[in-house]
Amino acid sequence: MKLTEQQQAILDGKSGETLAKVMETLVRYGELFGAEEMVEITSDYNHLVTSFGLKALAPVYGLLQQLIDANEPSKQKFSADPRPLDPKVPSSFLQDFVFKNFMYSKQDEYEKQLQKLGLMNDDAFTCTCYMNEVGNTPKKGDILSWSESSAVVYANSVLGARCNRNSGIIDIMGSVCGFVPKFGFLTDEGRKAKWIVEIKTTKKPEAQLLGSAVGMKVMEDVPYVVGLDKWLDGTLDDNAKTYLKDFGAATASNGAVGLYHIEGITPEAVEQGRALIAEGAQTYVIDDAELQRVYDSYPVIWKNKDAKPKLCFMGCPHMSLEQLKSWTKKIDAGLKENGQTKVQIPTVFTASPGVIKKFEECEEAALLKKSGVILSYICPLMYMNNPLSEKIPVITSSNKLRTYTSARYYTDAEILDQLVKGGK
Amino acid sequence: MKTFTGRVVSKGNTTAEALVSHGGLNTLASFQKALQFGDKNATCGDQNNPDLYGKQMKGKALCLPRTIGSTTGGLVLYCACSMERQPACMLFSEPIDSLAAAGAVLQDVWLPNSHMPVIDSLGDEFLAFVKDGMKITVKEDGTVEVE
Repeated sequence: MKLTEQQQAILDGKSGETLAKVMETLVRYGELFGAEEMVEITSDYNHLVTSFGLKALAPVYGLLQQLIDANEPSKQKFSADPRPLDPKVPSSFLQDFVFKNFMYSKQDEYEKQLQKLGLMNDDAFTCTCYMNEVGNTPKKGDILSWSESSAVVYANSVLGARCNRNSGIIDIMGSVCGFVPKFGFLTDEGRKAKWIVEIKTTKKPEAQLLGSAVGMKVMEDVPYVVGLDKWLDGTLDDNAKTYLKDFGAATASNGAVGLYHIEGITPEAVEQGRALIAEGAQTYVIDDAELQRVYDSYPVIWKNKDAKPKLCFMGCPHMSLEQLKSWTKKIDAGLKENGQTKVQIPTVFTASPGVIKKFEECEEAALLKKSGVILSYICPLMYMNNPLSEKIPVITSSNKLRTYTSARYYTDAEILDQLVKGGK
Repeated sequence: MKTFTGRVVSKGNTTAEALVSHGGLNTLASFQKALQFGDKNATCGDQNNPDLYGKQMKGKALCLPRTIGSTTGGLVLYCACSMERQPACMLFSEPIDSLAAAGAVLQDVWLPNSHMPVIDSLGDEFLAFVKDGMKITVKEDGTVEVE
């Protein structure tokens, strides 16, 4: 890799041993992918995947402490993924004991480290940092050093920023140095589509199901999706952004997609159209039958497959303001129609602290509270990812949560039905 | 015996018994319980990986196409190495992905006592040939002997 004088000096240890090791890490990481140079990070803020003081990750906190001790904080402020604990979310005595005293016993200590390294603010814990209410929204063309697969794929695809699927630790090392190696999604070539996905469904496809189908087919490749624009009213409005948030998270977790183009909708597809499709791209046709095939392929790993759901999580990734409002209205109407006043399954909606604050100013907030739904900033994945929680029959319409935990996937309509009429 | 040659990601020599995953290794799902609940054998906890689920990963020559899943993948591998619960080596049939690459580089640069050779680009034939329990010898030039 060809380094500038400044970068070479850092690598040679002129700025201290710790920064030299950070630079060596980034250089070796980039060289594995053919990077020939480092490029300056241009976004206002970074975003880190590690938001949890998990006892098992003690070596990570040790490494971050080396950065703090060497007085090498992040050159950018950053947001981080959601907190793993919220007392508002239902849990058993045993879960509480294990979460606080065992699993997440490092939480307070770790949050202090994040503050020293450059956390944006105390509310900057969410996987949807790019939402207006949070304030970490990169501009088109910005170079990022983010991690969190759902945020990276959103930033690349919907915002047109440029970011690789970085691992945790690599994310903050980029912003400690101020540079990232140039490869993959940071290059024009790396943003070309190797798949054309043709949508031929008879109704608007479920975002989480469509994303799952695309992710499982294309894995880490870039898809160029045609035929979806008509279901998104041909414009990148708040509804479309919410749809693409959920679609993208499913492509990234059910496969390893870091960038997609939606014809007529996402910024690069609008500008460049089919010139974004690489020569020899393969085609994947998605119709109603294909979506049903994908849905039917999901394993149910509950011990008792007929168990009555005990908890419902919605919001992985965190819900948007528009989503909270529309779900509140749907639940209210559904409960009235069925002669109910409260949801029939304990239900948690998750959203960023910023979105929750904004929602609480809206008239729908009182309706949601009345329905019994709990509104939380928690990370459902961190709540579920342990042997105690995985025994609970949890339902969700998040394909990311389904993939990483024992939660069972249902479509939005099926979830609504269970919430207002009662579980099976 | 069959010999394969790949690209050296993290240099080293080792000999170990093969453990093969034909699907991508979900690093977080595979290692989380091992790291969290004191399992020194690093038993794979990923129920979605029938090849590895319930098997000891520590000390094995882990043969796989790539890693998948959460972007915590690299730091999870780093923690496994730091806690001495890592495989003897990781042998990828495909070019390495960004998450596994991060883990390989982090352990090499930040853990001077860690020793986990990593070789990638060994090809589809490598993964078709190697079976659980075979003896694997890794050399620092990227040569992998399977017998």
